[in-house]
Amino acid sequence: MTAHRDVAIVAFAQTRHRARTEELSEVEMLMPVLHEVLARTGLKTSDIGFTCSGSSDYLAGRPFSFTMALDGVGAWPPIAESHVEQDGAWALYEAWVKILTGEADTALVYGYGKSSPGPLRDVLTRQLDPYYLAPLWPDSVALAALQAQALLDAGDTDERDLAAIAARNRDNATANPFAQLPGARPQGDYVVRPLRTGDCAPVGDGAAAVILAAGDTARALCDRPAWIRGMDHRVEPHALGVRDLTDSPSTRLAATRAGAFDRPVDTAELHAPFTAQEVVLRKALSLGDDVRINPSGGPLAANPVMAAGLIRLGEAAARIHRGASDRALAHATSGPCLQQNLVAVLEGEPRDR
Amino acid sequence: MTGEPVAVVGIGQTEHTTARRDVSLAGLVREAALRALTDAALTWADVDAVVIGKAPDFFEGVMMPELYLADALGATGKPVLRVHTAGSVGGSTALVAAGLVAARVHATVLTVAFEKQSESNAMWGLSLPVPFQQPLLAGAGGFFAPHVRAYMRRTGAPGTIGSLVAYKDRRNALRNPYAHLHEHDLTLEQVQASPMLWDPIRYSETCPSSDGACAMVLTGRAGAARAPHPPAWVHGGAMRSEPTMFAGKDYVSPRAGRDCAAAVYRQAGITDPRREIDAVEMYVPFSWYEPMWLENLGFAAEGEGWKLTEAGVTALDGDLPVNPSGGVLSTNPIGASGMLRFAEAALQVRGRAGDHQVPGARRALGHAYGGGAQFFAMWLVGAEPPTR
Repeated sequence: MTAHRDVAIVAFAQTRHRARTEELSEVEMLMPVLHEVLARTGLKTSDIGFTCSGSSDYLAGRPFSFTMALDGVGAWPPIAESHVEQDGAWALYEAWVKILTGEADTALVYGYGKSSPGPLRDVLTRQLDPYYLAPLWPDSVALAALQAQALLDAGDTDERDLAAIAARNRDNATANPFAQLPGARPQGDYVVRPLRTGDCAPVGDGAAAVILAAGDTARALCDRPAWIRGMDHRVEPHALGVRDLTDSPSTRLAATRAGAFDRPVDTAELHAPFTAQEVVLRKALSLGDDVRINPSGGPLAANPVMAAGLIRLGEAAARIHRGASDRALAHATSGPCLQQNLVAVLEGEPRDR
Repeated sequence: MTGEPVAVVGIGQTEHTTARRDVSLAGLVREAALRALTDAALTWADVDAVVIGKAPDFFEGVMMPELYLADALGATGKPVLRVHTAGSVGGSTALVAAGLVAARVHATVLTVAFEKQSESNAMWGLSLPVPFQQPLLAGAGGFFAPHVRAYMRRTGAPGTIGSLVAYKDRRNALRNPYAHLHEHDLTLEQVQASPMLWDPIRYSETCPSSDGACAMVLTGRAGAARAPHPPAWVHGGAMRSEPTMFAGKDYVSPRAGRDCAAAVYRQAGITDPRREIDAVEMYVPFSWYEPMWLENLGFAAEGEGWKLTEAGVTALDGDLPVNPSGGVLSTNPIGASGMLRFAEAALQVRGRAGDHQVPGARRALGHAYGGGAQFFAMWLVGAEPPTR
C-alpha cells in the first residue's frame, strides 16, 4: 500500500533490553521510554493526535494488562487511543492508517513485553491451534528448528552459514548500547537440532516507542524524518503442514505492496529471532550482499516479545534520522515460523552531497 | 470521517447461547462472517483485509487467536489486525476496519468480533489478581455497583429504575431471534424479586455470559453501489480513553464518554441528539447504565436520565428507543458485544432489524465501553450517505 499522505517516524526510543527485570512492572519499564520519545520531539501527551500500543496479556499473566500502561501514559484529558494484542509494529500500522484518514496529524506508538516471568517457549505454545496443536505443547524453538531443518534439507543453508549469521548480528550489536547480547559468543550446544544456542534469540524484557507525524508537522519535529513510503502486512495459514517453511510468500507480498522492490534499499532491519529465519527473509525480500542487514544486531541480540518488531521500524528510522541510511526496509513478524509478516519502506529526504 | 465514505453492506451474527458446544472457535467466527458475506452478496475473495477483535485472550485460553483463526476467516494472503480495547473492543474493531476504508488503504474489509465465554469463567477472568489491583472486585459487577450507587445518590433516582430497564430489554430480546436470553414469562415483579448480587444490582439486572460472534463487511462508495441491500453509512466514529483510576475521575459520567459522543456528533452534524437520533444501541451490561449513559451521551441533562427511562421514552415504542435488540443485558459475548451494538444500529437504519425494527429509523448510534469505564467507542450510522 502506497501512502496518499506523507507520514514519517520522527522519534524513537527503547529500553536497555535485559534478561530479567524482576524489580520493574511492565509500566515501570515502559515509562522512561515514553518520556524519552516525547522529549525527543518536545511534544506532550496532550499534543498527540492518536495513541496506539501493542502488548500481550499472556506475557503479563493477567487480563487487560494494557490498561495499567494507559494510566502511565497520562490519558487526561481523555485521548484518542487504541491497542492491538500484537507486536507494537502492528500498533504502528494502525496509527499510520489513522493519520492517513486525516483524523490525526501525530501519533504515539509503543510496544512492550516482559518475557522473563514465565517460560517463554511454553507460553508461546498457547498461540497454536487450541484443539489439535496446542495440547501437544510444541514449543517455539522446536517449531523454528523444523523450519531450519527444512532449509538445510533444501540446501538453502548449512550450519556454518547459520553460525555466520549469528556472529554477524551479535557483532553488529556491539555498537548498540541497548542490546542484550552484544559481541562474539560461542554457538553453543544444540537446543533443538539443528538450532544451537547461538541460533536463537535471547529471552528478555523491553519496551520501545515511536512518534509518527504527517507532512510539515514531521519536518518541524525532526531534522530528517523517516518517511513511510509504504507499509503492508500479510498472514499465512496457521497450520505448518500447508506451508512451505523454506519460503515466506507473505513477506514477499507485503514487500511488493509496500513498494520495497521499486528501488533498492541500503538497510534492512529484519525481525528474525532465529538465524535460519534470516535466510528465509533475505530470499523472500531478494536482499543482496550490498544491503546492510540488522546493523542494530537484530532480534538475535535483543528480542523483547511484543516490542521487537516495533524496534525494527524504530532502528531503521533512527538510521535515516542520523543520515546512515537513505532508504531502509523494516520487517516485523508474528506467529510460529514467520506466519504473519509486516514490511515498511522508510526514506529520508535526499541529502546535499 | 474524512476520506472515503464508509458503508456497512453486510452484517452477520451467530445464534448466542451460554455454550456453543456445536462449534469450535473457528466455526463460531466463520458462522458470523459467512452471514455477513451473504448479506453483502460477496465471497471471501472480495475481502481485502480482516480486522478481528475480542476481549482478553484468557477468556478462551488462546494467545493471539487471530493467528489460529486466519485460515477460518479466509485471511490467507491478506492483512489481519487484532484489536483489544477491553469491553469496548467490538466497537473499536469496527472503527479500525472503517479507518482502512476511509484512508483508501483497502476497498472492502471484513471485521469480526467474538467471545466464546464457555471456554473459561469470565467472572474470575475479570477479577484482577492481588497485588496488582485492589482485592474484592469480584467480577465486573463488583467494580460497577458502587458507581451505580453513586448515580442513585447523586440524582435521587428511585430504586425501581434498574428493574424497568432490565424488564424492557428482556422483552425486546423476545423479538430478536439471535438474542441469548428469551425469557417469555418474565415479569417486572420477578426482576425486582431476583437475588441481590452486588447491591443495588440484582441478578436479573445483569448480563448473561454468552458465546457468540458478530461480523460486518465495510466498503466505500463503489462497493456500496454494488450492494444488493441498502447500506448503512458511517457519519461519525470515535474512540476515547482515560485512566482507570485517579482522584478526579467521574465514574458516573466519565469524561472520555462525553468527549467521544461529542466527537461523533460533531462529525455527523448532530446538534440535538435527543431529537436527531432515532435509535440507540447502548452498552448496558448492568441495567442502571441505561440512565447513566443517557446523560453521558447527551440524551438527557445531568440527573435527568432516569426520568426518560421511567417515562417509557427508551421503550421500543418510545420516541428514543434504546436497545431494541435486547442489548447486552440479553446477549453478552463480551468481545463481540460492542460490535453487536454497532451492527444493530446499522441494521436499524438499513430497515433490516426484523421484529425489533424501529419504524422509519434514519440515524442510529452504536455505543461501547470497557475497562474501568475508561475506553469508549461509538459510531453514528445513517440511511443516507454523508454529505459533509
